Amino acid sequence: MTSEQQYIELYNEASEVIKAKSCPVMNAVRDEAFATFRSKGFPTKKVERYKYTDVPSAFAPNYGISLSPITVKASPYIYNIKEAPIDVTPYYNNVADKEDAITALNTALVHDALLIYVPKNERVEAPIVVDNWLRGNAATMMNRRMLAILEQGAEATVIINDHAADKQQFLTTQVMEIVCHDNSRLDIYEIEETTPLCSHFSNVYIREGRDCSVKHNNITLFNGMTRNLCDVYLTGENAEITLNGCAIGSGNQHIDNNTLIHHQVPNCHSTELYKYVVDDNSVGAFAGKILVDKDAQHTTSQETNANLCASSNARMFTQPMLEIYADDVKCAHGSTVGVMDETALFYMRQRGISEDEARTLLKNAFMGQVIDQIKYEPLRQKLYVKVEKRFRGELDKCEDCRLCK
Amino acid sequence: MLEIKNLHATVGGKEILKGVNLTIKDGEIHALMGTNGAGKSTLGNVIVGNPAYEVTEGCITFNEQNLLEMKTEERARAGIFLSFQQPTEIPGVSMTNFMRAAVNARREYLGKEPLKSTDFLKIMREKRKLVEIDQKLMNRSVNEGFSGGERKRNEIFQMAMLEPTFCILDETDSGLDVDALRIVAEGFNKLRTPETSAIVITHYQRLLDYITPDFVHVLIDGRIVKTGDASLAQKIEDNGFDWIKEELA
Repeated sequence: MTSEQQYIELYNEASEVIKAKSCPVMNAVRDEAFATFRSKGFPTKKVERYKYTDVPSAFAPNYGISLSPITVKASPYIYNIKEAPIDVTPYYNNVADKEDAITALNTALVHDALLIYVPKNERVEAPIVVDNWLRGNAATMMNRRMLAILEQGAEATVIINDHAADKQQFLTTQVMEIVCHDNSRLDIYEIEETTPLCSHFSNVYIREGRDCSVKHNNITLFNGMTRNLCDVYLTGENAEITLNGCAIGSGNQHIDNNTLIHHQVPNCHSTELYKYVVDDNSVGAFAGKILVDKDAQHTTSQETNANLCASSNARMFTQPMLEIYADDVKCAHGSTVGVMDETALFYMRQRGISEDEARTLLKNAFMGQVIDQIKYEPLRQKLYVKVEKRFRGELDKCEDCRLCK
Repeated sequence: MLEIKNLHATVGGKEILKGVNLTIKDGEIHALMGTNGAGKSTLGNVIVGNPAYEVTEGCITFNEQNLLEMKTEERARAGIFLSFQQPTEIPGVSMTNFMRAAVNARREYLGKEPLKSTDFLKIMREKRKLVEIDQKLMNRSVNEGFSGGERKRNEIFQMAMLEPTFCILDETDSGLDVDALRIVAEGFNKLRTPETSAIVITHYQRLLDYITPDFVHVLIDGRIVKTGDASLAQKIEDNGFDWIKEELA
């Protein structure tokens, strides 16, 4: 039996149950998404954007599917999609890439969704926090969906924490669609702190209008197998996007980040900085494409991927890409893979600092550059501590999550 | 304090030290001079345990301990300090964090409690004055963006913080203007106690005008070929090394 088969059977058996638990806006696109998934199947490593992650194997085990509803604690701007204050039909599954098999599978199986909605010109001071807790007594598949809509001139900071509360095998698919209307500003942080038993597939799609400014920060502190996709569509002039990533791998962890920044109109600016530290037998992969359309003149773009292989068995794959069809742009991309600086290690050891401590200081210094970019001060301070603990091997569960205590 | 017997060492398979013998007692200053490539820096690096160098024969004892069996950091904590010829830049590691880790490692070895943050900063302030190093450099990454002179001063500053008993100054005078040389040398002299010993590696007499050596050794082709008092350095300054080579021939 192929990996797809169990999901096809699952849908055939359970789609009515899923639909009954769901809502019209989600059900409206469900069958079509399922048809896409059935015809495409899981992407193999021959599919360009999936060449670093073995998707069929990750989906092969028999997981039970979780159909528990999302509980939304009373907080402004966050809704269960069933209680959406606006009609979300124009947005739902219209920002995402419908042809992506994992997005299609998520759209077919997901029964509940979270909506973040910030009305016109509203500036939300306190961050909007979403905590995802994986819980279960058996191997479980979770399908998560989120839609974020910022109306014109709206401003918000969103922090999404992924925790695993039980030492159990979890498989998550996540699709996040983010729509930023003209002149809105969004800082979004995704922080994964799960366990080596977790497999995580996240697809994030961001659409920006005119004069928008979005910063997306993807931080993989602790995980099992993670595949993050982030696609950004700059559809209005003078829009800005910053993609920052911090990935820390040890043991047998696998972290694959795949990004696309699509400059569709003139005068937009994009900056991307992804850094990895891979240790032990872990594997890191980064592939980032900047696509500049013919009409997107005066695009400026800077893409950087820097990686540190801290052990001889760790592996790093990197693929920065520029695809430019306009003739008056300023775009740069670069990638480095390095090992520990032996000269610096010796210098520190000569001052009495142990080799382990010296290595920790160097890794921490390397990753500091990404954490420095975090604008929301309390989170930045928290992450300095967490990243350092991670490098000291003191972080193997989400320590500030109430469920993990 | 330090006793080196028949020391042979290689780097990248090439033998650099070919049987060095040297005894240094408490409180003594030994100047080490010699032609380029003679092995002066190699000797310094071998004493502190640079992993790039391999000892193939001989032994070094430091206060009755077998130094060659100790890790680099253990030697440092025991009180051995190298002022680097080319101090390393460590981007992203602040001078303050670096110094705190180093000082506390040395204190732990000496059986002392780690310093409280306020005490640590106070000591930093005092020691900075010794070599006239700017506070703003302390907020930077280790040696990053430091001028040549600032790096050398920073080495002596670190020496002041760690209070070693045995120091190796590896061409600490190179690249320094006369004022910086005086500050660095006077800084070193202020740190000396009757127990501190040092090897001063230099090409020039001018550093030895400030730091008076008890002995001057000449290292040529991996061996100490001549030893004398401070006047030997002046003689080399005036006449070079050829006369020594001729004596050997």
